[in-house]
Amino acid sequence: MSLRIAVTVKYVPDATGDRHFAEDLTVDRDDVDGLLSELDEYAVEQALQIADEADDAEITVLTVGPEDAKDALRKALSMGADKAIHVEDDDLHGTDAIGTSLVLAKAIEKAGYDLVVSGMASTDGTMGVLSALVAERLGVPQVTLLSEVSVEDGVVRGRRDGDTASEQLQAQLPAVVSVTDQSGEARYPSFKGIMAAKKKPVESWDLSDLDIESDEVGLEGSWTAVDSAAERPARTAGTIVKDEGEGGKQLAAFLAERKFV
Amino acid sequence: MDTRNFGLTETQRDIKAMAAEFVDTEIAPHARDWDRAEQVDAVVVKRLGELGFLGLTIPEEYGGVDADMLSCTLVTEELGRGDSSVRGIVSVSLGLVTKTIAAHGTEEQKQQWLPRLVSGEALGCFALTEPGTGSDAGALATRAVRDGGDWVINGSKMFITNGTWAKVALTFARTDEGVTAFLVPTDTPGFSATEIHGKLGLRGQATAELAYDSVRVPDSARLGRAGKGMGIALGALSRGRISVAAGAVGVAQASLDAALRYSTDRTQFGKPIASFQLVQELLADSAVDVRASRLLTHQAARMADAGASPKEYATDASIAKYHASETAVRVSNNCLQVFGGYGFIDEYPVGKYVRDARVLTLYEGTSQVQKLIIGRALTGVDAMA
Repeated sequence: MSLRIAVTVKYVPDATGDRHFAEDLTVDRDDVDGLLSELDEYAVEQALQIADEADDAEITVLTVGPEDAKDALRKALSMGADKAIHVEDDDLHGTDAIGTSLVLAKAIEKAGYDLVVSGMASTDGTMGVLSALVAERLGVPQVTLLSEVSVEDGVVRGRRDGDTASEQLQAQLPAVVSVTDQSGEARYPSFKGIMAAKKKPVESWDLSDLDIESDEVGLEGSWTAVDSAAERPARTAGTIVKDEGEGGKQLAAFLAERKFV
Repeated sequence: MDTRNFGLTETQRDIKAMAAEFVDTEIAPHARDWDRAEQVDAVVVKRLGELGFLGLTIPEEYGGVDADMLSCTLVTEELGRGDSSVRGIVSVSLGLVTKTIAAHGTEEQKQQWLPRLVSGEALGCFALTEPGTGSDAGALATRAVRDGGDWVINGSKMFITNGTWAKVALTFARTDEGVTAFLVPTDTPGFSATEIHGKLGLRGQATAELAYDSVRVPDSARLGRAGKGMGIALGALSRGRISVAAGAVGVAQASLDAALRYSTDRTQFGKPIASFQLVQELLADSAVDVRASRLLTHQAARMADAGASPKEYATDASIAKYHASETAVRVSNNCLQVFGGYGFIDEYPVGKYVRDARVLTLYEGTSQVQKLIIGRALTGVDAMA
């Protein structure tokens, strides 16, 4: 039986570029250079390693996003994923995490899966909740924030590292896991992989393909709303303290004032 | 509009992006140390092989990557932007040796060498130049004499890139029929390679003198027909010129990138030096030259992709190599000027770019030879000698 691995990925604005909000207080994703979210590369990498170990596996990479999001899918296909699904619909504009989890869960169910692998958070919204929300909607176990993960005999096992302890966790498949940036360097797509990606199937689905009504998603369907957004003020010059014996006290006062101690 | 990648297909852009990421992560940070040590870390060759850098344009059945010449050119430019020594290793092994075996080898020769060269398990070197023959390549003196079913080779070669690292030396020797090409395994008794030290630039690259002391190879090592070696060499060099041009564009671009960053960081008289007209002039002239060199190089690559043979695109390859190499020398020097005194210390990369760029007008056909190739194509008159 082929192990069906679904990997959820996000196309995000390039952090080194000019990121800003649009008029409706959504992240401006038009006309901005974007890429496969770096944290999602770790998810693709772990899926590839699990597939390598399995006798027979197939990796489907999914994304919910505007047209340019297919670049994220193409990168994942170049790394070695087998096929891709792009959920794209104008009514999805402004969807929050809860809405996105609905779309992803339905898409994953429609695609068919034994294991869902996702990154620990997106690098733009940085909510870090999608894998948990998706697992709830699918009604399956969630094993999150793993720095090591493997699958054997229908069971997914992994290690989660905390501040004071590491836990060994496992769950019966089907399950959802998320992996951290400590789970192992993501491979470069090889040139062969880039050439091969061209021939791999990419399916396009919209809300009607998933039986989702437009009022369940988008700005209308969001459970949260952004009231206002302001750009962080430009960095000001720091304060230079000359230590004439009082340096330690001045430093402590500085930190206390800003509630760091 | 994506002006930097204008005219490239999606695949070409992905290939270029991947090469750039690899270079920025695994090559550029080490370039200075390798230059100081006069040796690139050998693990780089393994990585290049794994990722496909040594197999571009080689048929998949031999382990290669079925990418086009323009893709290969884009990759070579990125390598040149990272480190000219690493770029040179690939230009010679893939550009001059692997591609030549793919073009002229028998099926046995292709099976014997291509998978090993493509994977990086073996590197190739191109043994044409001799102590006594550089520009005058046709007058080479290394001899190969028939002995039964074998050939016995005697002679020496000079300034051979990858010479001490290569497992196969594509060797050009004089036979009764003229110049003949041979694939000489470097572990053949009588073959020796000695590294040349003290190079001004490309210090990370192994450049060697080769000695052939009654080196015996079977006739199955002969590449192409006896007496047809010069044609094979010239075809390889035409192909190679596009690669060198791309590498030149790369080091010129690297110089420009460094100088641009410095010009906005460094302040004098209360403002960034980019505020001064004479600094802007240096940068603007450099940017125009790099852009022009890149377009000429891409033009030659596109001709190859459109089906032109090396003979058909030879003049355009020479034009690209001549322009790009002169640009690299001039631009790297002008960018060093932007840096002022700090550029003279290897804490900053631009001094190494100047040293690495300087060989580009000296090798793979001097600028003077390129001009004569172009002049001959224009006038029909050979003024080479």
